[in-house]
Amino acid sequence: MEATKRYWDDVKEGDPLPEVRVHALTRTDFVRYAGASGDFNPIHHDQTFAEASGNPTVFAMGMLNASILSRVVTRFAGRPGVRRYKVRFATRAWPGDDVICTGRVTRKFEESGEKRVEGELVAVNQKGETLISGSFVAALPARAADGS
Amino acid sequence: MPVDKSYIGKTGRPVVMHVERGKIREFATAIKEDDPIYFDEAYASKEAGGIMPPLTFLQTVSHWDDGRGRVVVPFDLKRVLHGEQEYEFLAPIHVGDVLTVVSRIADVYEKPGKRGGSMSFAVTETTYTNQRGEVVVRAKHVTIETGQVVKD
Repeated sequence: MEATKRYWDDVKEGDPLPEVRVHALTRTDFVRYAGASGDFNPIHHDQTFAEASGNPTVFAMGMLNASILSRVVTRFAGRPGVRRYKVRFATRAWPGDDVICTGRVTRKFEESGEKRVEGELVAVNQKGETLISGSFVAALPARAADGS
Repeated sequence: MPVDKSYIGKTGRPVVMHVERGKIREFATAIKEDDPIYFDEAYASKEAGGIMPPLTFLQTVSHWDDGRGRVVVPFDLKRVLHGEQEYEFLAPIHVGDVLTVVSRIADVYEKPGKRGGSMSFAVTETTYTNQRGEVVVRAKHVTIETGQVVKD
Protein backbone atom coordinates (compact mmCIF):
# COMPACT_ATOMS: atom_id res chain seq x y z
CA MET A 1 0.00 0.00 0.00
CA GLU A 2 1.42 3.39 -0.93
CA ALA A 3 1.90 6.07 1.70
CA THR A 4 -0.72 8.81 1.53
CA LYS A 5 0.55 12.16 0.31
CA ARG A 6 0.35 14.23 3.45
CA TYR A 7 0.97 17.93 3.97
CA TRP A 8 2.50 19.49 7.08
CA ASP A 9 -0.18 22.19 7.07
CA ASP A 10 -2.97 19.62 7.43
CA VAL A 11 -1.45 17.74 10.36
CA LYS A 12 -2.42 18.65 13.93
CA GLU A 13 -0.88 17.73 17.26
CA GLY A 14 -2.84 14.81 18.64
CA ASP A 15 -3.70 13.37 15.20
CA PRO A 16 -3.71 9.58 15.24
CA LEU A 17 -1.30 7.74 12.94
CA PRO A 18 -2.40 4.94 10.59
CA GLU A 19 -2.71 1.66 12.44
CA VAL A 20 -0.71 -1.43 11.42
CA ARG A 21 -1.79 -4.89 12.59
CA VAL A 22 -0.10 -8.25 12.22
CA HIS A 23 -2.21 -11.20 13.28
CA ALA A 24 -0.73 -14.28 14.93
CA LEU A 25 3.03 -14.28 14.46
CA THR A 26 4.41 -17.70 13.54
CA ARG A 27 7.72 -19.49 14.04
CA THR A 28 8.07 -19.32 10.26
CA ASP A 29 7.85 -15.52 10.53
CA PHE A 30 10.79 -15.65 12.97
CA VAL A 31 12.75 -17.89 10.57
CA ARG A 32 12.01 -15.64 7.62
CA TYR A 33 13.17 -12.60 9.58
CA ALA A 34 16.30 -14.44 10.73
CA GLY A 35 17.27 -15.10 7.13
CA ALA A 36 16.37 -11.62 6.00
CA SER A 37 18.07 -9.73 8.82
CA GLY A 38 21.01 -12.00 9.61
CA ASP A 39 19.96 -12.46 13.25
CA PHE A 40 20.67 -16.15 13.77
CA ASN A 41 20.53 -16.04 17.58
CA PRO A 42 19.10 -19.55 18.18
CA ILE A 43 16.85 -18.25 20.92
CA HIS A 44 14.51 -17.11 18.12
CA HIS A 45 14.34 -20.34 16.08
CA ASP A 46 15.76 -23.28 18.07
CA GLN A 47 13.28 -24.81 20.53
CA THR A 48 15.99 -26.79 22.35
CA PHE A 49 18.15 -23.72 22.86
CA ALA A 50 15.16 -21.61 23.87
CA GLU A 51 14.15 -24.12 26.54
CA ALA A 52 17.74 -24.52 27.79
CA SER A 53 17.74 -20.74 28.26
CA GLY A 54 14.68 -20.97 30.50
CA ASN A 55 11.99 -20.08 27.97
CA PRO A 56 8.84 -22.03 27.09
CA THR A 57 9.61 -21.70 23.38
CA VAL A 58 11.19 -19.38 20.80
CA PHE A 59 10.21 -15.71 20.81
CA ALA A 60 10.25 -12.93 18.22
CA MET A 61 13.26 -10.73 17.62
CA GLY A 62 12.64 -7.31 19.05
CA MET A 63 13.71 -5.90 15.69
CA LEU A 64 10.99 -7.84 13.89
CA ASN A 65 8.41 -6.09 16.03
CA ALA A 66 10.27 -2.78 15.62
CA SER A 67 10.19 -3.24 11.86
CA ILE A 68 6.44 -3.84 11.89
CA LEU A 69 5.95 -0.77 14.10
CA SER A 70 8.09 1.31 11.72
CA ARG A 71 5.46 0.79 9.03
CA VAL A 72 3.19 3.18 10.96
CA VAL A 73 5.76 5.92 10.42
CA THR A 74 6.39 5.26 6.74
CA ARG A 75 2.70 4.91 6.02
CA PHE A 76 2.12 8.27 7.69
CA ALA A 77 5.02 10.28 6.31
CA GLY A 78 6.32 8.28 3.36
CA ARG A 79 9.69 6.55 3.58
CA PRO A 80 11.77 9.45 2.18
CA GLY A 81 10.53 11.86 4.87
CA VAL A 82 11.60 9.90 7.94
CA ARG A 83 14.39 11.57 9.93
CA ARG A 84 14.45 9.63 13.21
CA TYR A 85 13.05 6.37 14.55
CA LYS A 86 13.55 5.21 18.11
CA VAL A 87 12.22 2.21 20.01
CA ARG A 88 12.45 0.83 23.50
CA PHE A 89 11.66 -2.86 23.96
CA ALA A 90 9.26 -3.77 26.76
CA THR A 91 7.76 -7.24 26.43
CA ARG A 92 8.55 -10.11 24.10
CA ALA A 93 6.20 -11.45 21.45
CA TRP A 94 5.56 -15.21 21.22
CA PRO A 95 4.17 -17.43 18.47
CA GLY A 96 0.47 -16.71 18.12
CA ASP A 97 0.74 -13.14 19.33
CA ASP A 98 -0.74 -10.21 17.42
CA VAL A 99 1.29 -7.03 16.94
CA ILE A 100 -0.99 -3.98 16.97
CA CYS A 101 0.77 -0.71 16.18
CA THR A 102 -0.59 2.80 16.70
CA GLY A 103 0.66 6.27 17.41
CA ARG A 104 -0.09 9.95 17.35
CA VAL A 105 1.47 13.24 16.36
CA THR A 106 2.86 15.08 19.38
CA ARG A 107 4.59 18.11 17.92
CA LYS A 108 4.96 20.24 14.79
CA PHE A 109 8.15 22.23 14.36
CA GLU A 110 10.79 23.43 11.95
CA GLU A 111 14.34 22.14 11.95
CA SER A 112 17.25 22.16 9.48
CA GLY A 113 15.13 24.10 7.00
CA GLU A 114 12.38 21.46 6.98
CA LYS A 115 8.85 21.37 8.32
CA ARG A 116 8.78 18.36 10.65
CA VAL A 117 6.52 16.44 12.96
CA GLU A 118 7.32 14.37 15.99
CA GLY A 119 5.16 11.49 17.17
CA GLU A 120 4.91 8.74 19.71
CA LEU A 121 4.33 5.09 18.86
CA VAL A 122 3.33 1.92 20.63
CA ALA A 123 3.02 -1.74 19.67
CA VAL A 124 0.87 -3.95 21.88
CA ASN A 125 -0.10 -7.60 21.73
CA GLN A 126 -3.65 -8.99 21.74
CA LYS A 127 -3.73 -8.77 25.55
CA GLY A 128 -2.92 -5.06 25.42
CA GLU A 129 0.57 -5.56 26.83
CA THR A 130 3.16 -3.15 25.49
CA LEU A 131 5.71 -4.83 23.25
CA ILE A 132 7.52 -1.67 22.20
CA SER A 133 7.22 2.05 22.80
CA GLY A 134 8.81 4.49 20.43
CA SER A 135 8.99 7.84 18.76
CA PHE A 136 9.83 9.32 15.39
CA VAL A 137 10.54 12.55 13.54
CA ALA A 138 9.54 13.06 9.91
CA ALA A 139 9.67 15.90 7.41
CA LEU A 140 6.49 16.65 5.49
CA PRO A 141 5.95 18.84 2.43
CA ALA A 142 4.21 22.16 2.96
CA ARG A 143 1.27 23.04 0.74
CA ALA A 144 2.69 26.37 -0.44
CA ALA A 145 6.02 24.83 -1.55
CA ASP A 146 4.11 22.20 -3.53
CA GLY A 147 2.25 24.86 -5.44
CA SER A 148 -1.11 23.60 -4.15
CA MET B 1 29.76 -9.59 37.35
CA PRO B 2 30.86 -5.94 37.35
CA VAL B 3 30.82 -4.26 33.94
CA ASP B 4 34.12 -3.82 32.17
CA LYS B 5 34.43 -0.13 31.38
CA SER B 6 37.61 -0.73 29.39
CA TYR B 7 35.30 -1.60 26.47
CA ILE B 8 34.27 2.04 26.13
CA GLY B 9 35.76 3.48 22.96
CA LYS B 10 36.54 0.10 21.38
CA THR B 11 35.74 0.22 17.69
CA GLY B 12 35.02 -2.65 15.32
CA ARG B 13 36.53 -3.06 11.88
CA PRO B 14 34.73 -1.19 9.11
CA VAL B 15 32.23 -3.37 7.28
CA VAL B 16 31.27 -2.70 3.66
CA MET B 17 27.68 -3.50 2.73
CA HIS B 18 25.97 -3.22 -0.64
CA VAL B 19 22.33 -2.10 -0.66
CA GLU B 20 20.67 -4.59 -3.00
CA ARG B 21 17.25 -4.76 -4.58
CA GLY B 22 16.64 -8.47 -3.88
CA LYS B 23 17.61 -8.14 -0.25
CA ILE B 24 15.31 -5.14 0.21
CA ARG B 25 12.51 -7.18 -1.32
CA GLU B 26 13.20 -10.12 1.00
CA PHE B 27 13.43 -7.90 4.09
CA ALA B 28 10.28 -5.96 3.25
CA THR B 29 8.39 -9.21 2.78
CA ALA B 30 9.69 -10.50 6.13
CA ILE B 31 8.22 -7.47 7.90
CA LYS B 32 4.94 -7.88 5.99
CA GLU B 33 5.38 -4.67 4.05
CA ASP B 34 3.71 -3.97 0.72
CA ASP B 35 4.66 -0.35 0.10
CA PRO B 36 5.75 -0.18 -3.57
CA ILE B 37 8.67 2.08 -2.63
CA TYR B 38 10.46 -1.13 -1.64
CA PHE B 39 9.41 -3.22 -4.67
CA ASP B 40 8.51 -1.08 -7.68
CA GLU B 41 11.44 0.61 -9.45
CA ALA B 42 9.26 2.92 -11.56
CA TYR B 43 7.17 4.07 -8.59
CA ALA B 44 10.18 4.45 -6.32
CA SER B 45 12.11 6.48 -8.90
CA LYS B 46 9.23 8.93 -9.11
CA GLU B 47 8.68 9.17 -5.34
CA ALA B 48 12.18 8.82 -3.94
CA GLY B 49 14.84 8.76 -6.64
CA GLY B 50 14.96 4.97 -6.58
CA ILE B 51 14.06 2.00 -4.39
CA MET B 52 14.84 2.74 -0.74
CA PRO B 53 15.34 0.20 2.05
CA PRO B 54 12.90 -0.06 5.00
CA LEU B 55 13.77 1.94 8.14
CA THR B 56 15.28 -1.05 9.96
CA PHE B 57 17.01 -2.61 6.93
CA LEU B 58 20.50 -1.57 8.00
CA GLN B 59 20.40 -4.41 10.51
CA THR B 60 21.24 -6.62 7.50
CA VAL B 61 24.85 -5.42 7.82
CA SER B 62 25.13 -8.65 9.84
CA HIS B 63 25.30 -10.53 6.55
CA TRP B 64 28.40 -8.55 5.51
CA ASP B 65 30.21 -8.70 8.85
CA ASP B 66 32.75 -11.50 9.26
CA GLY B 67 32.50 -11.06 13.02
CA ARG B 68 35.02 -8.28 13.41
CA GLY B 69 32.65 -5.41 12.70
CA ARG B 70 31.00 -5.44 16.07
CA VAL B 71 32.71 -5.21 19.43
CA VAL B 72 30.94 -7.77 21.61
CA VAL B 73 30.83 -6.90 25.28
CA PRO B 74 31.01 -10.27 27.08
CA PHE B 75 27.45 -10.56 28.33
CA ASP B 76 25.83 -13.93 29.08
CA LEU B 77 23.78 -14.72 25.92
CA LYS B 78 21.03 -16.34 28.00
CA ARG B 79 20.49 -13.04 29.84
CA VAL B 80 20.92 -10.62 26.97
CA LEU B 81 18.09 -8.44 25.70
CA HIS B 82 17.93 -5.75 23.08
CA GLY B 83 16.91 -2.74 25.16
CA GLU B 84 16.69 0.15 22.72
CA GLN B 85 17.38 1.00 19.10
CA GLU B 86 17.52 4.39 17.49
CA TYR B 87 18.19 5.56 13.93
CA GLU B 88 18.88 9.07 12.66
CA PHE B 89 18.34 9.30 8.90
CA LEU B 90 20.63 12.04 7.60
CA ALA B 91 20.64 11.36 3.85
CA PRO B 92 18.69 9.07 1.51
CA ILE B 93 19.75 5.48 0.84
CA HIS B 94 19.03 3.76 -2.48
CA VAL B 95 19.61 0.43 -4.19
CA GLY B 96 23.16 0.42 -5.48
CA ASP B 97 24.62 2.35 -2.57
CA VAL B 98 27.73 0.96 -0.91
CA LEU B 99 27.84 1.73 2.80
CA THR B 100 30.86 1.58 5.09
CA VAL B 101 29.72 0.73 8.59
CA VAL B 102 31.71 1.43 11.75
CA SER B 103 30.54 0.54 15.27
CA ARG B 104 31.93 1.81 18.52
CA ILE B 105 31.12 1.07 22.16
CA ALA B 106 29.99 4.45 23.45
CA ASP B 107 29.21 3.47 27.03
CA VAL B 108 29.05 0.55 29.43
CA TYR B 109 27.31 0.92 32.79
CA GLU B 110 25.36 -0.81 35.53
CA LYS B 111 22.06 -0.15 37.23
CA PRO B 112 20.32 -1.98 40.06
CA GLY B 113 17.71 -4.38 38.68
CA LYS B 114 14.04 -4.16 39.65
CA ARG B 115 14.17 -7.71 40.97
CA GLY B 116 17.45 -7.38 42.85
CA GLY B 117 20.94 -7.90 41.51
CA SER B 118 22.21 -5.54 38.86
CA MET B 119 21.67 -5.02 35.15
CA SER B 120 24.50 -4.20 32.77
CA PHE B 121 24.12 -1.95 29.74
CA ALA B 122 26.24 -1.54 26.64
CA VAL B 123 25.63 1.32 24.20
CA THR B 124 26.91 0.82 20.65
CA GLU B 125 26.98 3.71 18.18
CA THR B 126 27.16 2.87 14.49
CA THR B 127 27.87 5.21 11.59
CA TYR B 128 26.87 4.37 8.01
CA THR B 129 28.72 6.29 5.28
CA ASN B 130 27.93 5.99 1.57
CA GLN B 131 30.22 5.80 -1.46
CA ARG B 132 30.17 9.59 -1.73
CA GLY B 133 31.50 9.99 1.81
CA GLU B 134 28.13 11.20 3.16
CA VAL B 135 27.01 9.94 6.56
CA VAL B 136 23.57 8.54 5.77
CA VAL B 137 22.59 7.09 9.15
CA ARG B 138 23.71 7.19 12.76
CA ALA B 139 22.37 4.39 14.93
CA LYS B 140 22.40 3.69 18.63
CA HIS B 141 21.85 0.21 20.10
CA VAL B 142 21.45 -0.51 23.81
CA THR B 143 22.09 -4.09 24.91
CA ILE B 144 21.03 -5.19 28.37
CA GLU B 145 22.30 -8.10 30.42
CA THR B 146 19.66 -8.78 33.06
CA GLY B 147 20.45 -9.79 36.61
CA GLN B 148 18.87 -13.19 36.04
CA VAL B 149 17.47 -15.28 33.17
CA VAL B 150 14.87 -13.21 31.31
CA LYS B 151 11.28 -13.55 32.42
CA ASP B 152 8.57 -11.13 31.19
